[in-house]
Amino acid sequence: MGTYSDSGRRPAEAFMEVRIPSFTDFLASYAPALLPGSQAAGQRVLGPQPGGGDMIKDLPHATTIVAASCERGVVLAGDRRATQGSMIAKRDVEKVFRSDEFSAMGFAGTGSLGLEFARLFQVELEHYEKMEGRQLSLEGKANQLAAMVRGNIGGAMQGLVWIPLFAGYDEETGTGRIFSYDPVGGPYEEHRFYGIGSGSIFARGALKKLYRDDMPVRDTVLACVQALYDAADDDSATGGPDVTRGIFPVIATITDDGFRRLPDAESAEYAQQVVSERMQSPDGPLAPLRNTN
Amino acid sequence: MTMPFGYVSPEQAMRDKADYARRGIARGRSCVTLQYAGGILMVAPNASSALHKISEIYDRIAFAAVGRYTEYETLRKAGVTYADLTGYRYDRSDVTARSIANYYAQNLDQIFTQSLKPYEVELVVAEVGPRPDSDQIYRITFDGSVSDEPGFVAFGGQADQVATVLKDRFSDGMSLTEALGAALAALAAPPAGSSGSSASAANATNGNAELTADQLEVAILDRARAHRTFRRLHGARLEELLAESRGTSAAEPDSGPSGSSASDGDPGTGSGAGSGSGGEPPTGPSGTGGDGTPRGK
Repeated sequence: MGTYSDSGRRPAEAFMEVRIPSFTDFLASYAPALLPGSQAAGQRVLGPQPGGGDMIKDLPHATTIVAASCERGVVLAGDRRATQGSMIAKRDVEKVFRSDEFSAMGFAGTGSLGLEFARLFQVELEHYEKMEGRQLSLEGKANQLAAMVRGNIGGAMQGLVWIPLFAGYDEETGTGRIFSYDPVGGPYEEHRFYGIGSGSIFARGALKKLYRDDMPVRDTVLACVQALYDAADDDSATGGPDVTRGIFPVIATITDDGFRRLPDAESAEYAQQVVSERMQSPDGPLAPLRNTN
Repeated sequence: MTMPFGYVSPEQAMRDKADYARRGIARGRSCVTLQYAGGILMVAPNASSALHKISEIYDRIAFAAVGRYTEYETLRKAGVTYADLTGYRYDRSDVTARSIANYYAQNLDQIFTQSLKPYEVELVVAEVGPRPDSDQIYRITFDGSVSDEPGFVAFGGQADQVATVLKDRFSDGMSLTEALGAALAALAAPPAGSSGSSASAANATNGNAELTADQLEVAILDRARAHRTFRRLHGARLEELLAESRGTSAAEPDSGPSGSSASDGDPGTGSGAGSGSGGEPPTGPSGTGGDGTPRGK
């Protein structure tokens, strides 16, 4: 019954229709222009045109995100840099977002697209929760995110790629879980730790040596900050801790207490600790060469 | 001039529809929404813990309804969709109770005028602001009339009787327990003139019996919370609050006898006081109720 807004021949009853409680599905039928990436996919403005490739390359791109499971939860952390080709587009960008009380996502790839999808995903989860009076299961959330990634396939084919990394606390099993995606969908469940984005090769290498099963939250956060430092050390698109400006990684913990983004002061503490240790040994902590047992 | 057979004047048709809707709404039980210092409190007698009368619409906005479940559930979902779409398209801060109340009003108006059967529902949309003076409570009736109800509102069932008691008990800046006490006293108000409107009065069991935690649906919009302010109160937390508020409501008649003088407040508060002095019998099911009452006094 509610005519919502501008023109079009939208059914006036759309709001009161009986439907699956998915906000994205509702948008797709009611106001498809509001879906992120839909214009690019529909109108083919960017891909085949001469110079289109350069334009895509020059859009701000977000880079490295790492996630590691820990005792009763999971840690998600991202650096703060966005690049524009070989230039730095932004040094204090946020790419780790609360999705709901027990999950979060970070993303790598085209910045604006990722931001819009992150916002849509938040609304999607909350919409389901309000409509149905219960939260989606963690798998349900991960699958929903896969559908949204797949929804961008047209954009991805033209080079407008974004990839999320999804982490959440599973209330059923009492553990933190991590899901990764490719540009066409997913999810792939990852175990222990994972990383995405340009610096993720180095970050994953670092985490491989630093990660222990069931580490306390504090140690896991430190391992993630170390990994991001190593990524920034070798990847030009990943930003290290910016001591002069006071810009440090965004760190989120999702445990049985719910989502918590560490306050800036707290993530500064972790970063400062890593930086001051690296003053002594620039390559970071050393893993033992031989297994001691 | 001769009228065609079966002709009903528009006035008569509207009156019939309105009577039909009013009767449907009066059959149910009342629901109250009121301000307290820390936000907005909503209380409804509801034996079901799954089929809600009170729900979250958006970050700072809640919805309460009486009447036919399917009808207000449809409206609730439409409101959530409207709010989510507006917040997604613009910004979360651009979703307001006023726009949602208007949205409901337009829908209900259309349904009332255009369809054969009007919706038998009455809604309240409340928004908690950063300060008490920016709180908003709107009441929307079956025919799409909207009213702004500062402070408190009682609706559905024997709304007038409940509102009378609530008016006596309500004051600005109440604590949560005081507000809950006022709400419970109001919901316990006896049905209208006890003899009149017998059928509806018999069904509306708002009278006398004390409501226990599992017969109540209680939710708040908590001003202090960031992001989503809506929170349901149930289980042990609600029982504790009930015990505390019964303690204060039992103590209240001593301090302010003038307030309840009006008309029908006395029996309601009287039963409250009785439970306070007697202790166990009315609050039998929960041991905490027994503890709570003396502590309050």
